[in-house]
Amino acid sequence: MAEAALSQPEQLPVGPIRRHGVGWWGAGTLIASEAALFGYLLFSYYYLGATNPVGWLLEPSPTLKVALPNTLLLLASSGAAWFGEQGILKLKRARALAGFGLAFLMGTAFAVVQVIEWRTKGYGIGLSSYSSLYFVTTGFHMAHVLVGLLVLAALALWTALDYFSPRRRLVVSAGVLYWHFVDVVWIFVFTTYYLTPYLGFGR
Amino acid sequence: MKAPDYRTPRIGIDSVEHQAKLLRLWETTPGIKGFFTTTDHKEIGIRYIVTAFIFLGLGGVEALIMRIQLAGPNLSLLTPEQYNQLFSTHGMTMIFLYASPILSGFSNYLWPLLLGSRDMAFPRLNALSYWIYLASGIFLYAGFVTGNGPNDGWFNYVPYASKPFNPGLNEDFYALGMVFLGISVTVGAANFIVTAFRTRAPGMSLNRLPILVWGTLTASVANLIVVPAVSLAFFLLWMDRQFGTHFFDTAAGGQALLWQHLFWIFGHPWVYAIVLPAMGMASDGLPVFCRRPLVGYSLVALSTVATMILGFGVWVHHMFATGLPGLGLAFFSGASIAITIPSAVAVFAWIATIWLGRPVITTAFLFFSSMILLFVIGGVSGFMTASVPVDWQLTDTYFVVAHLHYVLIGINVFPVVGAAYFWFPKVTGRLLDERMGRWNFWTMFVGFNVAFLPMHLTGLLGMPRRVYTYNGYPGWGLLNLIVSIGSFVFAVGVLIFLVNVVKSLRAGAHATQNPWDAPTLEWSVPSPPPPYNFAVIPTVASRHPLWESRLGENALLSTLDRGMLLDTGKETIATSALDAAPDMILEMPQDSFAPLVLTGGLSVLFIGLLLKTWTVVAIGALLSAAGLLLWLWPRRDLREREPAAEVAHG
Repeated sequence: MAEAALSQPEQLPVGPIRRHGVGWWGAGTLIASEAALFGYLLFSYYYLGATNPVGWLLEPSPTLKVALPNTLLLLASSGAAWFGEQGILKLKRARALAGFGLAFLMGTAFAVVQVIEWRTKGYGIGLSSYSSLYFVTTGFHMAHVLVGLLVLAALALWTALDYFSPRRRLVVSAGVLYWHFVDVVWIFVFTTYYLTPYLGFGR
Repeated sequence: MKAPDYRTPRIGIDSVEHQAKLLRLWETTPGIKGFFTTTDHKEIGIRYIVTAFIFLGLGGVEALIMRIQLAGPNLSLLTPEQYNQLFSTHGMTMIFLYASPILSGFSNYLWPLLLGSRDMAFPRLNALSYWIYLASGIFLYAGFVTGNGPNDGWFNYVPYASKPFNPGLNEDFYALGMVFLGISVTVGAANFIVTAFRTRAPGMSLNRLPILVWGTLTASVANLIVVPAVSLAFFLLWMDRQFGTHFFDTAAGGQALLWQHLFWIFGHPWVYAIVLPAMGMASDGLPVFCRRPLVGYSLVALSTVATMILGFGVWVHHMFATGLPGLGLAFFSGASIAITIPSAVAVFAWIATIWLGRPVITTAFLFFSSMILLFVIGGVSGFMTASVPVDWQLTDTYFVVAHLHYVLIGINVFPVVGAAYFWFPKVTGRLLDERMGRWNFWTMFVGFNVAFLPMHLTGLLGMPRRVYTYNGYPGWGLLNLIVSIGSFVFAVGVLIFLVNVVKSLRAGAHATQNPWDAPTLEWSVPSPPPPYNFAVIPTVASRHPLWESRLGENALLSTLDRGMLLDTGKETIATSALDAAPDMILEMPQDSFAPLVLTGGLSVLFIGLLLKTWTVVAIGALLSAAGLLLWLWPRRDLREREPAAEVAHG
């Protein structure tokens, strides 16, 4: 005679606790899809670069004078966002606010510098397929920065309203994860447009 | 009052009082408000199915008009431009607005019932994915009815889709509409993935999933990764057309083939995404009518996943005739031939299931089993075109049209209609009429083969696809007449199905809980299921919870009438990804306007983009951002936040 199986768990978390919850998986799927989008943008760059004759690169030796510090600024903002998340974990609300606020300011500064960088380019979006790719790819990234800034602002607001605790804070961790994604994906964009010419791609 | 962070779920048995309590918690608000705010996966699933069938009807009528035009040589019912828009809209409708959404509809309705859950992981996201599907479908059809339908085939190659050759709004409607629809597919896919991994009944480990779940899960993973490719392609096309970029403009360093690469990187996995869930329906439905478990469950599940993994590496077989280097062609030809192996595994598993079973010939069985035959025909013609020299002979001829219709009608429409016969009693509480079902099946089956088998011949005779008319070469006229007759017979078959649905909804025989004596969890709840699906959370001990006593294979039996009650709120259970061990109690969201508001905002945004009216775009963007913020605002009832004063340390 077979026995009946019965699931009788003890002490289950009710709703999301820490990073544990379906929302964390949801954030992961969103980021996977967004990462794929950037993958296809970069695929387009390498494909057009590889199939065009020499001279396709409008900037065979792109200047790093602005782009490199700006990249470091963006990466540092990820650290600030992490610092803010740690503030939530350690029940230090001021630290959390400072972290999210700083990340927001650094992200905003990155965006402003990027707009200046666009303006100093001697070409527009319609000059060639290279210029189209450059502006659309960095433009897509800019759109993600703007969404990320909104997320950081919302996190700062909700922290100010004292919504979170070390346990109930999945929204914070998901938001900070998104900001990390925005920063990491920039490394790929930056490498492609500013560094691979020095490695010989397209030159 | 502060709700506890941890709780031990009460265990109990199903009772009338308990059910009444759950009903109060789970029932959608009645009336018009409930209509716009519901998050019930069953309601959303039915809407998906009904909407997709409406699009099937529209696409079918478009096909019939084309078949009148092509019934004989040199007819002039349609102008070339009308024909272009009709065949392009037909493809767009069938592939994007019918074939995928119909499967999403069935999976939406069935998944939580198959998985022993009370809803999907993200009920509001589910509503969003439906509303956007509807809005983008209307957007795309708004182009068509105003004479601005797509006119370059469903895969929309440049340069004909580029502005200099196509100055109207046609391609802008199509491009923006497809980006819009992509949002629906992506969020839907994310929802299926998380649902499959996190909201199964305790004990339903991965090796106990119904094959339908494997199919839709595999399709969803693919969609999540490849839909951005097509959304990007259409976005870049729109940029080229409206903002003077040069992605596809060969004169300025762009590449026409970039479109084909981006499109087919998406397109080929998509082809599997619109058949794998349907194959899953057959894999789950056939064994019920063969009165035995599916032969080779693990092999079929693995071959489902393997098909998709290989499917990522075959897109260039759509581009064999574009002059790519030989080495690349060899690789993609090899991959396209290899993909027949997992397909063959599934075919032999189905045949073995019938062979070793005691088939009960119902309409659903006829549809499921005929799929095997049609799949083999469509698969063999696909295998033929995987060979580069054969493809060079056949590409852009009616042979390819025959192939793709055998695949898409054979492995999508046939199992879908079979699934309708199979699950109709669960959804409505009434059975479809079996006598009419026979007429339905045989008319569709005969009509389909009369319509599409001769297309192989017209293709071999050299008739190109996408032509609005043709000269009276020997044999062409007769074959095309046969095709046209067959397509009308097929249409009559589909009509019989609709009549059966309408008639049976009102006067069909009442269905019991489990009219087919089927083995899976959806048949353990009433027909139609209550809003909360399962009064107590079932514990699953095998692949066939309702056949355990008869199969006698298990040391442990599933328990369906006793389990976690979860009746203190709108709650269901989350389980671990692999073993489905209980992991947390999920607080499910109430009905919400947020998905509809967000869809409205996005609709305004896309209309603004189409008209290039930036104030409208800004309004749409603001509305969308507001909707999103409203949605994501941390809520106490979902335990997303708590007041600091009540924070417990440790």
